[in-house]
Amino acid sequence: MDVWSSLMDGFATALTPMNLLYAVIGVLLGTAVGVLPGLGPAMTVALLLPVTYALEPTSAFIMFAGIYYGGMYGGSTTSILLNTPGESSSVVTAIEGNKMAKAGRAAQALATAAIGSFVAGTIGTALLAVCAPIVVQFAVSLGAPSYFAIMVLALLAVTAVLGSSRLRGFASLALGLAIGLVGIDSVTGQRRLTFGQPLLADGLDIVVVAVAIFAVGEALWVAAHLRRTPLHAIPVGQPWMGKSDWKRSWKPWLRGTAFGFPFGALPAGGAEIPTFLSYVTEKRLSKHPEEFGKGAIEGVAGPEAANNAAAAGTLTPMLALGLPTNATAAVMLAAFTSYGIQPGPQLFSSQGPLVWALIASLFIGNLLLLLINLPLAPMWAKLLQLPRPYLYAGILFFATLGAYSVNLQAFDLVILLVLGVLGFMMRRFGLPVLPLILGVILGPRIEGQLRKTLQLSAGDPAGLFSEPIAVVVYILVGLILLWPLVFKLVKRNGPARKPLLPANSGAPEPTDVG
Amino acid sequence: MSSLTTGLKGRAELGVALLLGAAGVVVFVDANRLVTPYSQSDPVGPKTVPYIVAGLLVVCAVLLAINVFRGGQGEAEGGEDVDLTHPADWKTVLPLAGAFILNILLIDWAGWVISGTVLFWGCVLALGSRHYIRDGLISIAMSLLTFYGFYLGLGIALPAGLLEGIL
Repeated sequence: MDVWSSLMDGFATALTPMNLLYAVIGVLLGTAVGVLPGLGPAMTVALLLPVTYALEPTSAFIMFAGIYYGGMYGGSTTSILLNTPGESSSVVTAIEGNKMAKAGRAAQALATAAIGSFVAGTIGTALLAVCAPIVVQFAVSLGAPSYFAIMVLALLAVTAVLGSSRLRGFASLALGLAIGLVGIDSVTGQRRLTFGQPLLADGLDIVVVAVAIFAVGEALWVAAHLRRTPLHAIPVGQPWMGKSDWKRSWKPWLRGTAFGFPFGALPAGGAEIPTFLSYVTEKRLSKHPEEFGKGAIEGVAGPEAANNAAAAGTLTPMLALGLPTNATAAVMLAAFTSYGIQPGPQLFSSQGPLVWALIASLFIGNLLLLLINLPLAPMWAKLLQLPRPYLYAGILFFATLGAYSVNLQAFDLVILLVLGVLGFMMRRFGLPVLPLILGVILGPRIEGQLRKTLQLSAGDPAGLFSEPIAVVVYILVGLILLWPLVFKLVKRNGPARKPLLPANSGAPEPTDVG
Repeated sequence: MSSLTTGLKGRAELGVALLLGAAGVVVFVDANRLVTPYSQSDPVGPKTVPYIVAGLLVVCAVLLAINVFRGGQGEAEGGEDVDLTHPADWKTVLPLAGAFILNILLIDWAGWVISGTVLFWGCVLALGSRHYIRDGLISIAMSLLTFYGFYLGLGIALPAGLLEGIL
């Protein structure tokens, strides 16, 4: 497969004026929702899904690519200027970034974050373009047993590794799998969990579920705990960096990228671990360790690069295997399905032009982010002043509109409210949202692979282990499940763990025993 | 935190365990009622996965209940606009849900322009804005813009309802 010529074709598609316009819209929209509290890229893509049915799939995905990277960039702006990270992956950025902003170096913090994101995003996307076809070559040889095993691994890994409580993660996953069961069983035509309600026979629309959990749940939750005295956003001018800032930033950018991409590409995914590792590494390697905790530029540059490289890495399993490991990728996968495109290793051969246009637009989106957002930073900072009643009323308004416009039936709004209340409850009691969404999206596909596997082996459970890759993956699954036991034993014998993050960093401490 | 509020918090979280357990039972009962003859081409059948999910739900419910009784606690989610130091403010949430429900009831009969206006205006007021007239005008503008935007831009005809013929 010739990566280079495919990629050039992708650029040719992505650079047509219309598609370039969609990329600009995506980047601006993504940054705006990333900056605004309460909104995230996953929710935005979900909300835009019904709107983009009128578009060519290629244009829609070019816009989604812009939203994906834009959201990441906007999130770091907020965490630097407000010190209350919206996403767990920008927790680390907030530690040093906000200290820098308070010390009057907001412009440099934003600049190193933006340029670092560009560097990491570009390298990450290049690695994606190189790695994904290799993964595909390997993946086309896999059969249903291996797919089943890999999907189980992804679900368990995301559930068990991320978040502070594994038990609550699994509870969330189980709820998601249950929601995914609703509807007519595709093999036998049996109705499951429809309660005689014909409107449920087609299953719950993923747009409705995602919007309910991300948007309605979030709006209700924030409404219940709305800050009466709004946080003070630090005003900022044009981001720029001096010579010494460049000198101190470029190595952390590259190291952060090296941490981020592989972690993002693993089925366990997530940007939390690589950002954290990057922070710790920079702290150790820095020539100015005394500045850490008081606003060291390395502590912004490294984790931000790691964050963006992980975002690029996440797209590798998503495009090559049809396996999403973060919320935005999960919703984008659902978007493929709703366009009638089958995700998985066949994607590169059946939808080659679309995939390469998507990858090309990731490069373009990255460059646009840098060109558009460096001068616009003061405007984004102003966006943080938007009165909160309008912001959250707007979220509910557009959530309703988006969910209603899928099928034009009021019944979907009832579901939206019910699942929104579920989303509220999950936030209240610390159930992570991601496992639920992955359960809804991957559940039916896992069931399909399981049934295919056992059909091939005529019902013999040994069929599950009939491929070597499947066996290897099950060993990994076993390790992930047993890891906390091992960890407990080690901890009992070893010295107490020292806290690696400074106090009051806003980072969640692992609290429970689940 | 006083022992009373900790106790209450713990008890509230048992509701989550209860919900998980109930969901598990519902999934189990629903799967149990399916009748399918054994088929060579689908040895797993439509019941197996629901049984597994039901099992997972019940196990999570039990473990969560034990965890809560032992003093485990889910960590409420923070955020830019979230202030966890004050208790849940139901005086904001309930009117918000009310505006949402009103929209569901009105949308097919009165049409999106009216129900959307009610929704946005109701939400803004519930969230504490006190510029009644300005908010009302913004609400009408938002509903009208989205109505025509969806119709002209996307070809999606939102219900016109009572205003049919005017819009």
